[in-house]
Amino acid sequence: MIVRIATEDQYRVPDDDAARLNELDNAAVAAVQAGDEARFHQLFEEMIALVRRHGHKLENDDLEGSDVIIPPPDLSFDEARHEFTGDGLIPD
Amino acid sequence: MSTVIKAKINKMLDKAEDPSETLEYSYAKQMELLQNVKKGVADVVTAKKRLQLQQQKLEQQVVKLDTQARQALAAGREDLARTALERKQFAQTELQSLDQQVSELEAQQQQLIDKEQKLRGKLEQFRTKKEVIKAQYSAAEAQVKISEAATGVGEEMADVGLAMQRAVDKTEGMRARANAMEELEAAGAFDDNLTLTAGQDDIDRQLAQLTSSSVVDDDLEKLKRELGQGSPASAPALEEGTPSEQPQEGQR
Repeated sequence: MIVRIATEDQYRVPDDDAARLNELDNAAVAAVQAGDEARFHQLFEEMIALVRRHGHKLENDDLEGSDVIIPPPDLSFDEARHEFTGDGLIPD
Repeated sequence: MSTVIKAKINKMLDKAEDPSETLEYSYAKQMELLQNVKKGVADVVTAKKRLQLQQQKLEQQVVKLDTQARQALAAGREDLARTALERKQFAQTELQSLDQQVSELEAQQQQLIDKEQKLRGKLEQFRTKKEVIKAQYSAAEAQVKISEAATGVGEEMADVGLAMQRAVDKTEGMRARANAMEELEAAGAFDDNLTLTAGQDDIDRQLAQLTSSSVVDDDLEKLKRELGQGSPASAPALEEGTPSEQPQEGQR
């Protein structure tokens, strides 16, 4: 699958990692909802690290759309909260 | 995939609004975006230059305060020397924070340049691919294939937009901090004339004093040793303003 780390690069990541990524994502959302900032950062960083570790960067002229888009790595806790309440980083 | 990720996909693609049409019929929008990225880079560069100017000012301030501390001590005014060293300490702390901000801006600048190049690469690739697809497939198939390719470009466009927005937001934040510092400077926090503000002991300064006093004590001791203190009579007068070639260890 193709994963984009927003504001950075796209990676081709083995499909086997989808389940783990999804787990981390769900846990990150739960952490934000629980107001646990430290836990959120830890999970979110792990998510990005997993993509970087297992993924291969796509070439600049590669035209594939992403299956998954992970928010920018410098996402703040406040932004994450907005994200999950539907406001989103990208204005509608 | 859950909320974090999925919401983003939809939003990014919504934002890119039928990219195949955009790309097929209008390059204007792409060019506009590339222009915006260039402007974003220029904004970051401007902000960086401004912070660097401030760095220079503070560096001069550090040297000046150090000289003043020496002169004050030589003249037997330990109280003034202490005040000068406190300010020097404060200026050095500010300098550290500026260093960090400048390198953050540099990273942002580089990121935007990379993104612009990436987008250019994708646009070029799209143009080529589009022609190939048109030549090789039936109209209906070509439409689908071109749409697929355009999704990748559209997503990249949206992502460049996002990267730029974030860089500009951060730059604004730093600009605000830089402004605040200039105001502080104008208000005399970094006043050259020690005697003018020597008596202004506000809470902030006392707090800063608590954290920096040990450093200041050390600095003071060092200066005393250097000046062979204990014989203030032989020390030069304040007015002489000896431009010091003080040792820089432990400083910037």
